[in-house]
Amino acid sequence: MKKLLFLCSFIVLLPLALSACGADASSSQNQPITLRYAIWNQLQVPAMKQMAAAFEKTHPNITINVELTPFAQYFTKLQTAATGGSAPDVFWMNGPNFVTYASNGILMPFDDQITSKNVNLSDYPSSLVSLYTYNGKHYALPKDFDTIGLWYNKALFDAAGVKYPDATWDWNTLTQTAKKLTNPAKGVWGIAAPMVDQEGFYNTIPQNGGYVLSPDKKASGFADPASVEGLQFWTNLIQDKSSPTLAQMTDTPALSLFESGKVAMMYGGSWDALEFQQNDYTKNKVDVAVMPKGKTRATVIHGQGIAVYANTKYPTQAMEFADYLGSQAAADILGQTGTVIPAYNGTQTAWIKAYPQFHLQYFLDELAYAVPYPTSKNTPAWQDVQNKVLTQVWQGQLTPAAGGKEIATQMNQILSKEQ
Amino acid sequence: MDIAEKRKLTASSQKKSGKLRGIARKDLFWGYLMIAPLMLGLLIFYIWPVFQTFYFSFTSWGPFGNYQWTGLVNYQHLLSDPTLGQALRNTFIFTVLSVAGSMVVSLFVATLLNRKIRGLVVYRTIYFLPTVTMPAAIAIVWQWLYNGDYGLINYFLSLFSLHGPRWLTDPNIALYSITLIAIWGSIGNNMILFLAGLQSIPSVYYEAASLDGAGPAHKFFRVTLPLLSPTIFFVTVTSLISAFQVFDLIYLLFGTSDVVINSTQTVVYLFYKSAFVDNDKGYAAGIAMFLFVIILIVTIIQLQLQKRWVHYA
Repeated sequence: MKKLLFLCSFIVLLPLALSACGADASSSQNQPITLRYAIWNQLQVPAMKQMAAAFEKTHPNITINVELTPFAQYFTKLQTAATGGSAPDVFWMNGPNFVTYASNGILMPFDDQITSKNVNLSDYPSSLVSLYTYNGKHYALPKDFDTIGLWYNKALFDAAGVKYPDATWDWNTLTQTAKKLTNPAKGVWGIAAPMVDQEGFYNTIPQNGGYVLSPDKKASGFADPASVEGLQFWTNLIQDKSSPTLAQMTDTPALSLFESGKVAMMYGGSWDALEFQQNDYTKNKVDVAVMPKGKTRATVIHGQGIAVYANTKYPTQAMEFADYLGSQAAADILGQTGTVIPAYNGTQTAWIKAYPQFHLQYFLDELAYAVPYPTSKNTPAWQDVQNKVLTQVWQGQLTPAAGGKEIATQMNQILSKEQ
Repeated sequence: MDIAEKRKLTASSQKKSGKLRGIARKDLFWGYLMIAPLMLGLLIFYIWPVFQTFYFSFTSWGPFGNYQWTGLVNYQHLLSDPTLGQALRNTFIFTVLSVAGSMVVSLFVATLLNRKIRGLVVYRTIYFLPTVTMPAAIAIVWQWLYNGDYGLINYFLSLFSLHGPRWLTDPNIALYSITLIAIWGSIGNNMILFLAGLQSIPSVYYEAASLDGAGPAHKFFRVTLPLLSPTIFFVTVTSLISAFQVFDLIYLLFGTSDVVINSTQTVVYLFYKSAFVDNDKGYAAGIAMFLFVIILIVTIIQLQLQKRWVHYA
């Protein structure tokens, strides 16, 4: 019995002893270490790997592991990892989730880097800097920004004999043209009207003079009649049969339909340029224009940030890598590879030149009337309500007015809990 | 018996067990040693989390781990949550239909493949393939087949001028679409179990039945089914337990869309959503306990009923 007990305890304790040997906090500058860098966009992997390689050249003892997780699972995974204390060292952050992470001490502030002049905040657009500021401290470096444009299929326009979209277009022109381009016999629709916020109603709501979230973040704007009309813009297109139904776009995503020549127009982001360049069908058949005017012009602007895990094992090295990712050198790689619009001031022209066949300058022109992506302390909570209710609105089970009122009621409850 | 006899009995039994104990002690030691890793794994990764889940069902969680004891709040929420009620309904419908359908089809297939026909191994392999295919691969292929506008099933139906429904985006049909996938996927597994059961029926019974003039249908219902009832019982219990816990099909086919999620989400999907998307891990633990109790009750009912219809040889 005693022999058994001794043997069992030895077997149990041996691996514990061995694991304790490995986990010692090493801050020696030249010890070989590996940093984990988490991203969610597959198309940006080559650019990220290029940046990692450039950084590894100047820091021979550091190896960067680029970890890709699809966006749908990215934040679920990140939150679980952070809860368990094993989040990646450097990772992408976005506006809706930023405040949750910053306010719970998951992110390391960059203010030391700012004071020691490794990072200069005036190198980035101020709207992005304030997106990633919490309680006066800066917890993420702006990496890129994006605006929304009207992508259209030149071939389908030519076949119908319709002029391409231009700066004179307003909502009426768009609705009429979409009807003209719809051809049920060929299974072609004029436009895709998916239930999506950043590429959809977050633009049409301010274009009509409405708002999603009040500037003091205390009230929802969904019940405002101007906002409701911003939603109606999309449901009208579905009712006109100029757009596939929500069920159809759930079976086959709007992007797939556009890339198969089944819809002639779709609102899309500046990030779609890389996607359309790589797709054989769209490479030479599509182009982009500024979004049509509502009562006024507006586009929602958002940008991803680079954040550092507060409990990373290698704070100095992780910060160095993050500084590099926010630097002009990294921004140049982003722009030249045509991946996304880099945030660093002055590096955007390289991105425009990457795809000469698309009129990408329009995305930068839209900066003049950009509206920040609406975020509050607990954005995911009210966005969940927004999406659930609007799914019913898009399917015709609720009118836009009733839907907007329902969202506003629940959203105001959530916002009041945040104060 | 008197004291002397008792003493003799105890003495001899002690001597016997003493000798036994000598050999048995060594065997026992090595036996425990061999199963120690598995037992340790079971205890740490299965048994301990069950107790932890029970404990956590009485707590409420913040977004990054800090939790506090809140008593019966989660259970009160459980009982008044309409989404959970709907999810329970969806789970019951899915479970009953998929287990019943799977049993009938796999029993039929197993009976057919229990004879010596040409290409037997090929047939059995084909039916077993879904069991060894990754759920993600199954989801991708069936999503393509079921696509409302461009899917192969609706294309095939259109050749007969039939307008196929929106299999995965019509809230009234989506649940039955995935029930079909589940039945298809479980045929192979249940077929193997039924084959084993069929082959353990002595042919004596069939010969006796033939002598008495029984036809194939008669033989099936009067000889095969009763003697197969232990296997049927086993398959029913295990299929029900795993059908109650269905998650991967819903997550893979509907995870990103809200269009049909209300009529397809199951209890385990709700558990996943509460735990990892809404970050309400205390409530999720409550849902897990709730499902545990339901499955326990169903299994106990089955175990009681088995006396009535299961014939053990």
